[in-house]
Amino acid sequence: MADQPRHSLLTRLWHWLNVVAITLLFFSGLNISNAHPRLYWGQAGFDPTEAWLMVPRFPAWMTIPGYYSLAEARLWHLLAAWPFAFGLLVFLVALPFTRHRGDFVLRRRDLTLGAIREDIGHHLKLDFEPPAGAAFNLLQKYLYIGVLFVGLPLMILTGLTLSPAMNGAFPWLIDLFGGRQSARSLHFVTAWALFGFVVLHLLAVLASGPLRQLREMITGGRAMEADA
Amino acid sequence: MIGRRGILASLLGGMAAGCTKVAQSGPGGRLLAAVEDWNRTVQRALSKRTALAREFTRADISASFRGNGTRDPGTPAYQAHVASGFADWRLAIEGLVDRPLSLSLEQLRAMPQRTQITRHDCVEGWSAIGEWTGVPLAHLLGLGGLRDDARYIVFHCADRLSGTPYYESVDLIDAFHPQTIVAHRLNGAPLPVQNGAPLRMRIERQLGYKQAKYVERIEAVATLAQIAGGKGGYWEDRLGYEWYAGI
Repeated sequence: MADQPRHSLLTRLWHWLNVVAITLLFFSGLNISNAHPRLYWGQAGFDPTEAWLMVPRFPAWMTIPGYYSLAEARLWHLLAAWPFAFGLLVFLVALPFTRHRGDFVLRRRDLTLGAIREDIGHHLKLDFEPPAGAAFNLLQKYLYIGVLFVGLPLMILTGLTLSPAMNGAFPWLIDLFGGRQSARSLHFVTAWALFGFVVLHLLAVLASGPLRQLREMITGGRAMEADA
Repeated sequence: MIGRRGILASLLGGMAAGCTKVAQSGPGGRLLAAVEDWNRTVQRALSKRTALAREFTRADISASFRGNGTRDPGTPAYQAHVASGFADWRLAIEGLVDRPLSLSLEQLRAMPQRTQITRHDCVEGWSAIGEWTGVPLAHLLGLGGLRDDARYIVFHCADRLSGTPYYESVDLIDAFHPQTIVAHRLNGAPLPVQNGAPLRMRIERQLGYKQAKYVERIEAVATLAQIAGGKGGYWEDRLGYEWYAGI
C-alpha cells in the first residue's frame, strides 16, 4: 500500500489530458458564445425578448482563436471534445476497478449535518488536510463527486443535444433537457460552474505546496508521504 | 491589478497565438480538418440513415421565423420574380441525370408533398421552429433519373454574397433522407422572401447554412472539386466552416 503512488497513472494521464482539452474547450466556447450571446429556455429561441440571459461579449484576448471566428473556434471546440469525452468515458469505466473507487463513495457519516458542519469549520481555519487515510476532506469529496458524475457528463450530453444529427439518432437527448435551447443554456452555465471549480482547485493547490502538488501529479508521488 | 490582468491576458494571448500557429501548420491544419471526418463517420455510424429529426406540433411553431444570411437577394431579376409572384421561376434538375428537368412552381406543387414541423438550428446557436411543405428531393432525383456516378447534390441559389451566388451541397445520404425537401411553404403560406422564396432546401439533420435558400438549380455531380473553391459550399470555401454540419 505504501508503495502505491498517491495518484494512479490513469488519474495523472487523464488530469493532464483534461488540462489541455478543457482549456481549449472553454476558451473556444467563449468565441462560440460571441456568435449569439443570448440564452433561451425550451426548444427554440432567437429573439432578444425570448432570452433569459444576455451574455456579455467576451473580449478577443479571452477567446480561442484570439479574434472572432466562429468557424475556427468550432473546429478547436469539436477537436478537443473528442479526447475530453473519451477521456471521461475511460476514466469512469475504469474507476470502479481502481483503488480510487472509495474516494468518491459517500459513507453514512458523510451525509450527516454534523460531519458537514465540522468540515466547514476545518475549512474556515484553513485546514484542508483530509482525515487520515482519506484522499479528500468532506467538502472536497462532495465537490469532486459533483464534478465527476454531474458536471463533466453534463457538458458532453448537453453538447451532443446541440447537434441536429444526434437529435435524429438519440431523440431522448432533447427530452432529457427539455429542448435544444435549454441544453445550450445548461451547457453554458455548467461550463462556468466548472470554471469556478478550476479556480478553487488552483487556489487549493497554491495553498498546499504547489510545487509538491505539481510534482506529484506528474510522478504520482507516494500515498503515505504525509505520514512518513 | 493591471499587472494581474496583463499577465492573464498575455497567458491567454500566447495560448491563442499558439493555437493559430498550430492551425496554420501542416499537421495541425490536417488534424483540425480531420475532426469533420470523425464527426461525420461517428454520427453516421450512430444514426440510422432514415432516422428522423424531431417533428413538433403546431403549438411549438415560433411566433416569427428569423431570416438570416441573405434576407432579400435584391437583384433586378429577383425583384421581377417577386413582382410576378414567381410565375416564371424555374427549378432546374441537371448534371448527372438522364433526363434534365426545368420545373415551374405549379408543377412542383402538383407533385407528392411532405409537410413537417421541424427545428432550424443556426450555426450561431439560435433555433426556430416552422412548418415546411415541399417536394421530397428523392422524388425529383427519381424523376430526373440520377445516374450511378452521382455522389453529391449541389444547390445553386439566386442570392449573392459578396458578389458570389450562394451554393451548398450534400451527399446522397442526406439527399435521399425522407425529410429532405425542396420547400415552397412555411407555416401554411408561400415562403416569405427573407426565408428563401420561392424555394429553399430543408436538410433537417444539419445546421442552418446547409439549408440553401432561393434555389434555382439542383445539380448532381461526381465530385465537389469543380464547384467554386471545391469545399462544397459558400461558407465552407469562404471561411472554413465544415461541409458536414451535423453538429
